[in-house]
Amino acid sequence: MLRFDRVVLAQEEFRLSVDWELPAGARVAVIGPSGAGKSTLLAAVAGFFAPQSGRVLWQGADLGPLDPGARPVTILFQDQNLFPHLTLAQNLGLGLRPDLRLSAAQRTQIDTVLERVGLGGMGARKPAQLSGGQIGRASLARALLRARPVLLLDEPFAALGPALKAEMLALVAEVADETGALVMMVTHDPADAKAFAALTVLVADGLAHAPAPTEALFANPPPALRAYLG
Amino acid sequence: MASRIGALIPALLAGALALFVLAPVLAVAARATGFALGPADWAAVRFTAAQAFVSALVSVTLAVPVARALARRSFAGRGALITLMGAPFLLPTIVAVLALVAVFGRAGVVNQGLGLFGMGPISVYGAHGVVLAHVFLNLPLAVRMLLQGWQAIPSERFRLAESLGFGPAQMARHLEWPMLRSVAPGAFLVIFVICLTSFAVALTLGGGPGATTVELAIFQAVRFEFNLGRAALLAAVQFALCAVVAVLGWLLVTPAAFGAGLGRQALLRPPGGWRRGGDALAIGLAAAFLLLPLGAVVLRGLPGLDELPAHVWAAAGRSVLVALTSTAVTVAAALVLALAVARGGRGAGAIDAAAALPLATSGLVLGVGLFLMVQPFVSPARLALPVTVAVNAALTLPFVYRLLLPEARVLLSDYGRLADSLGLRGWARLRWLVLPRLARPLGFGAGLAAALSMGDLGVIALFATEQSATLPLVVQRLMGAYRLEAAAGAALLLVGVSFALFWVFDYGGRRYAAV
Repeated sequence: MLRFDRVVLAQEEFRLSVDWELPAGARVAVIGPSGAGKSTLLAAVAGFFAPQSGRVLWQGADLGPLDPGARPVTILFQDQNLFPHLTLAQNLGLGLRPDLRLSAAQRTQIDTVLERVGLGGMGARKPAQLSGGQIGRASLARALLRARPVLLLDEPFAALGPALKAEMLALVAEVADETGALVMMVTHDPADAKAFAALTVLVADGLAHAPAPTEALFANPPPALRAYLG
Repeated sequence: MASRIGALIPALLAGALALFVLAPVLAVAARATGFALGPADWAAVRFTAAQAFVSALVSVTLAVPVARALARRSFAGRGALITLMGAPFLLPTIVAVLALVAVFGRAGVVNQGLGLFGMGPISVYGAHGVVLAHVFLNLPLAVRMLLQGWQAIPSERFRLAESLGFGPAQMARHLEWPMLRSVAPGAFLVIFVICLTSFAVALTLGGGPGATTVELAIFQAVRFEFNLGRAALLAAVQFALCAVVAVLGWLLVTPAAFGAGLGRQALLRPPGGWRRGGDALAIGLAAAFLLLPLGAVVLRGLPGLDELPAHVWAAAGRSVLVALTSTAVTVAAALVLALAVARGGRGAGAIDAAAALPLATSGLVLGVGLFLMVQPFVSPARLALPVTVAVNAALTLPFVYRLLLPEARVLLSDYGRLADSLGLRGWARLRWLVLPRLARPLGFGAGLAAALSMGDLGVIALFATEQSATLPLVVQRLMGAYRLEAAAGAALLLVGVSFALFWVFDYGGRRYAAV
């Protein structure tokens, strides 16, 4: 269970309050206008943004003292999810051991996962030789290897076309099924939320609203969501 | 826990650096005899400021037409000439002096030419010689800084000007003059600071009542009069002088990026008529002024290269060792400080200031201070090489640091979060993220540090005996003994090794650099 315990995220003019919890294994869309704090909410979970007050807890334990790498979290950013100077296999290997001293078994594991996401035999390539969709799949392959119980998606597929994006979301669903991860996905697109997430969190007007069932929320949008959808 | 200790390293390093720079100043201040400068000391202060002012003014003024011509003309060899403008920065000062003596000295081509017209020989020694050498060394730097200014004017601006039918005069008034007004003072100040701490040039071409810099006066007080009190007083004066100007410079000057983006195309329609001839003249004269002396060193040095005395080779070995050691220290320290400052947080401002601190001092100030500090315990001559390594490392650190800092910032903003989220830290982070991504600036910075240290003739002159002389010092001594053939041979060796060191590091960095 991921719990936001009276969390306040603040920076200069910006302010966002969060006070609710999500069950393990849930799939949650985070939707709302630009600048409302969707990415900041994810950054607070990943350890890149310290709350002004309150605590973020995973299974009852405060995440506050943990460095980003030590948290039970994998995050995919909007871009720069792979190091361009390392091969695909090395990029994935970092998910297993940051010092890249990989055992033979781990190398096999990397090959298997690459195969699994449709990048079989491409382990020696550098990211520059891959398409946008392939980069997305490689990032998800690393999430699969890391198998952390929380997966945060900060619009990593925003630059992809509709067909590729749908393909990526299907792959995210597969990864989540396999690792049992709780997924929080930032999106601008109500269709993404409806297709992928049973729950949706609306972030608007300084408040991250409590998660609500996606279907019901869009069937009967509250004023803030209606204003966003236009 | 390990990361908490790791976070302390930059702070400790910055503290050690500040101590290394400031403790000698305190030692100097404690030892200074009174605070009264004698007439000779005042003369040195006046000459130091005056020659730095004139050198900077002449360099920047001459650089304007050259940079402008380079900015708007395209011709065969333009790229090579721009690259060459970077070389004098790496050229050991003593070699530059030797080169100028070869051309402007008594037996040089200039005096031979004058002789043909029945005019008396001019001397390259004295105040004007010092200025000549400083202009020779710094004109290329000024040209590069101004050229950068020209190329920073967006080409859209020039296109707009052309579409409005601006003539060259309007271009100058509306585009070029505003740029110069913002760039030229910075170039002037940088060169002024460089000339303020000039030692090797003053040692070889200056001297005497009319042409002694403070730096040289410090040296003479230690080496010839063994008047440590006076040396300490002069060192305190020099520190005050440098510190004031360095602070001004740090506040006013944005650092010149070396090499970056100077290859941009020239103007589509450069002005014709007499301006064409004027540009050709500016480029031709600048190229001749820079190339002839270097050519002369090569011509004179080649025959001497065969029969270099054995002690020259020994000195070359020592110099390479000094250069490599101080490079390793500088680059490692600059990297640690740059990464810490890029990361920000508490103390970043203090670390940034510590990294700039060596700019406020000079080789001889550090040298005299250290001399005073070690003298009660051990003969300074025995520490000649370690002290030279430490002083060279400290004095080149600000350059390497300023080179690395923007790159470290980019690295952190691009990949910092990803690396953090993957738990990449310590050695793994260095090995898999920092070194590959910063290889290019690290290689360039190391090359710069190695060449500067290889060619440095400063503090070593204060400490060295026959057994610990470095190659630049040997060149200077051969010159002083009027063994010009041998001096030219050793100078050629020095240039060769300096440039080779630079090339090896720079090429290695680019080679290792990731996509």
